[in-house]
Amino acid sequence: MIARKDSLSAAPDGQGPQETFVLNLGPQHPAAHGVLRVLTTMEGEWIQRAEPVIGYIHRMHEKMGENRTWAKFLPNTSRIDYLSAMHYTHAFVGVVERALKIEVPARAEYIRVITSELNRIASHMVWWGALLSDLGGLTPFLYAFDDREKILDLLEGLCGARLTYCYYRFGGLYNDADDDFLNGTRAFVKHMPPRLRMYRDLVSDNIILRKRLEEIGPISAEMCRRYGATGPVIRGAGVAYDVRRCEPYSVYPKFDFKIPTYPQADSMARYLVRMDEMEQSLRIIDQALDQITAGPFMAPKVPRVIKLPPGDYCYAVEAARGRFMVRIVSDGKEMPYRLKLRTPSFSNLSLFEEASRGMILPDALAMMGSLDLVIPDIDR
Amino acid sequence: MTFLNLEPIRILLYVVAICAFVGLNAAYLVLAERKIAGRVQRRPGPNEAGWGGLMQPFADVGKLLAKQILVPAGTDTLLYRMAPLMVMAPPMLCLMAVPYAEHFVARDLNLGLLFVFSFGSINVMALMLGGWASRNKYSIISSARVVSQNVAYEIPMLLVVITLLMITGTMSLQEITVQQAGGFWHWNVFRVWVNPLMPVTFIIFFICMLAETNRAPFDMAEAESELVAGVFTEYGGMGFGVFFMAEYSNIVVGCCLATVLFFGGWQSPIGILSGGAWGLVWFMLKTYALITTVMWVRWTFPRTQFYLLLNLSWKILIPISLFTLLLTGAMLKLPLLWKALF
Repeated sequence: MIARKDSLSAAPDGQGPQETFVLNLGPQHPAAHGVLRVLTTMEGEWIQRAEPVIGYIHRMHEKMGENRTWAKFLPNTSRIDYLSAMHYTHAFVGVVERALKIEVPARAEYIRVITSELNRIASHMVWWGALLSDLGGLTPFLYAFDDREKILDLLEGLCGARLTYCYYRFGGLYNDADDDFLNGTRAFVKHMPPRLRMYRDLVSDNIILRKRLEEIGPISAEMCRRYGATGPVIRGAGVAYDVRRCEPYSVYPKFDFKIPTYPQADSMARYLVRMDEMEQSLRIIDQALDQITAGPFMAPKVPRVIKLPPGDYCYAVEAARGRFMVRIVSDGKEMPYRLKLRTPSFSNLSLFEEASRGMILPDALAMMGSLDLVIPDIDR
Repeated sequence: MTFLNLEPIRILLYVVAICAFVGLNAAYLVLAERKIAGRVQRRPGPNEAGWGGLMQPFADVGKLLAKQILVPAGTDTLLYRMAPLMVMAPPMLCLMAVPYAEHFVARDLNLGLLFVFSFGSINVMALMLGGWASRNKYSIISSARVVSQNVAYEIPMLLVVITLLMITGTMSLQEITVQQAGGFWHWNVFRVWVNPLMPVTFIIFFICMLAETNRAPFDMAEAESELVAGVFTEYGGMGFGVFFMAEYSNIVVGCCLATVLFFGGWQSPIGILSGGAWGLVWFMLKTYALITTVMWVRWTFPRTQFYLLLNLSWKILIPISLFTLLLTGAMLKLPLLWKALF
C-alpha cells in the first residue's frame, strides 16, 4: 500500500480556509542528523511542501582551499564528509597527482583502495544504524557501531586517526601499512559476512522494516538525473552508475566486483543497495589483500613546493554517498585559483522537496534517512 | 484479622500499598528497561549509582524533582498541569481490582473486568489533553494519533475479552482465576478444546495492550524520531516523569490483566506450591515475564507506521477477533442446540 496523496489542499473555489500549517523540522530535530532544517507545509500529517533550509554548518571549504597551499588544504578534505574521509582525501590527492602527472606506486594504490573500502563499510554502518533509529529501532545502531569500531581501530593503528584520517599524500601515503593492519583487515573480512547475514535476518527481513520502506519514497532514475543524485540513490533507481566503473581511477579496474542495483526505486531499494555494497567492498578488500605486493609507498619525485601547471583539472571518486568530484582551476601559483567541490549529499538532498510532496511525515523522514545525508557534506 | 476488615483501614492500606506498588514499579521498571536495553544492545546499562545501578531510579527521581516546573507561554495552564495527574489515576484505580493472590485483593469486585477496562480506556484522555494543552504542533499531531490509535485498538481488545467472558461466564477477576486452577493446561490461553484459537486471542490481546499503552513498535505518542517527543514535547521535570510512570503503570496493569485472563493469575502452573504466599510469587513471576517481553519487543523491532498500525487493527485484528468470538459462541452453544434437538 502506498500512502500518498496526489491532489493536496483542494479548497474548493477558495471557500473556507486552507487547512495547512508550517512545521519547522530542525535545525535541532532528532531526525535531521545534524543541523538540517526542513520547513514543511503540512496538511494534517501530509506534506504539502518540504523545503530544506541549508547553510547552518557552512564552513567555506571551497574558499579556504583557495587561500591555502595544496598541502595545507589536505586536512580539510577529511572534514567535508567526515564519514567518508578517505574518499574525499583521495579525490583531492588525485587531482593534484593528475595535474602534476605523478605516478603513484602500486602498493600505495592498493592500500588506498583497501582503506577507502573499509571507510565505505564504516560509513554505511553509520547510515544503517541512523536509518534504523529514524525508524524507531534503536538497537541496530549499537550493533553497527560495534562493527564500525573494528574498522576504526584498524585505521587508527594505520594512521593514528579514527575519523578524519588525512592519510593519503600527494604521490602516495603518509606511512606504509604494516602487517598488523593487513592481517587485521584480513580478519575483519572474515568477521564481517556472518555479521551481515545476521543483520539481514534481524533487520532487513523484518516485516515492519519492509512495510516501512517498500514502495515508500519512489525516486525515479529520471528524477535522479535532473537533480544530479548519485551513489546508492541512483543505483537504487536501477541505474548502474558507479564512478569506480564509469570513470575508473586508482587500481579499481583490477578488481572483480558487482555494482548492486535495484529497479524498484523505493527506500528499500536504496537500503538493499547499501547492504549489498558492503559485501562488494569486502570482496574488493579481499582481492586487494591478495594482490598487494611489497614496494615503495611514495612516488619518488614529488616537488616540495607544489605548483600546478595552469589549467583545469577534475578528479572524481565514488564516495560512500555518491560521486565526489574536485575541480581545480590553477593559474600556476601555489594556491588554486578556484576550487570546486561537488558533493553528493547536496544533490541527493535537493530532490527531497520534489520527492516528498504528498507523503506522510514519518514516511518522508524514512525516505530522508534512506538518502544517507551528511549535513557538513551538504554545506561544506 | 478483624481489624483488617474495618473499612477505613482497608481503604488506607489500599491507598498506601497501591501508591508504593505503582511508584516502586514505575521507578524500577525504568531501571529494568534500561538494563534490558543494555543487555539487548550489548552494553552494561546504568551501573554507577548504588550497587550495579540499583539506586539509579532514586537519582533520576531526585533530578526530576529538583527541576523547575515550567509552563510554556501560550499553553492552557490548567489542563497542562492537570494532565500528568490525570494520566496517573486510571492505572492506580485499575490495580485495585486485580487479585494478586488468593486473599490478596483490595476489592474483589464482581464486575472487576468491566471496572479495569472502563478506567483503563480513559487513560488516553489525559494524553490527549496534555498534547492539546501544550499548544505545540508536534504534541497536537501526536495526540490526534494517540486518540485514533486507542480507539482502533480498544475494539479488538474488547472483542477478545468478550470471547473470554463467554467462556468464563463471570466478570470477577478472582473467579476467573479460580476457574483456571489445577495446572497450566487449565489456563485460558491453553484451553483449545473450548476454542482452538485461544492462543491467537492472547496474541491479539498482547498486541492491543502494546498499542493501548503506546509501547514500541506502536509508540506513536512518542515517536521521538518524527515528533521530537510527541505528546510530552513541552513537558519537563517531574511532569515528564509522571507520564513515564503512568506508561509503566499501564504496562503493569495490562500485564496483570493478561496474567489473570490468560495465564491463571496466582495459580501454580504445575499444581503444587500453590496457595498462600506462593500465589503472590506465581502472579508476580508471570506478570514480570510478560513485562520483560514487552521490553524485549521494544528493543528489537523498529516502529511501525501510523496507517499500517490502523490497518493492522481494522483489517486484521478486528476480523480475527470477531471470528474467534463467533467460533467461541458456536462451540459453546451448538452442543446445547444439538442436545435440545436430538
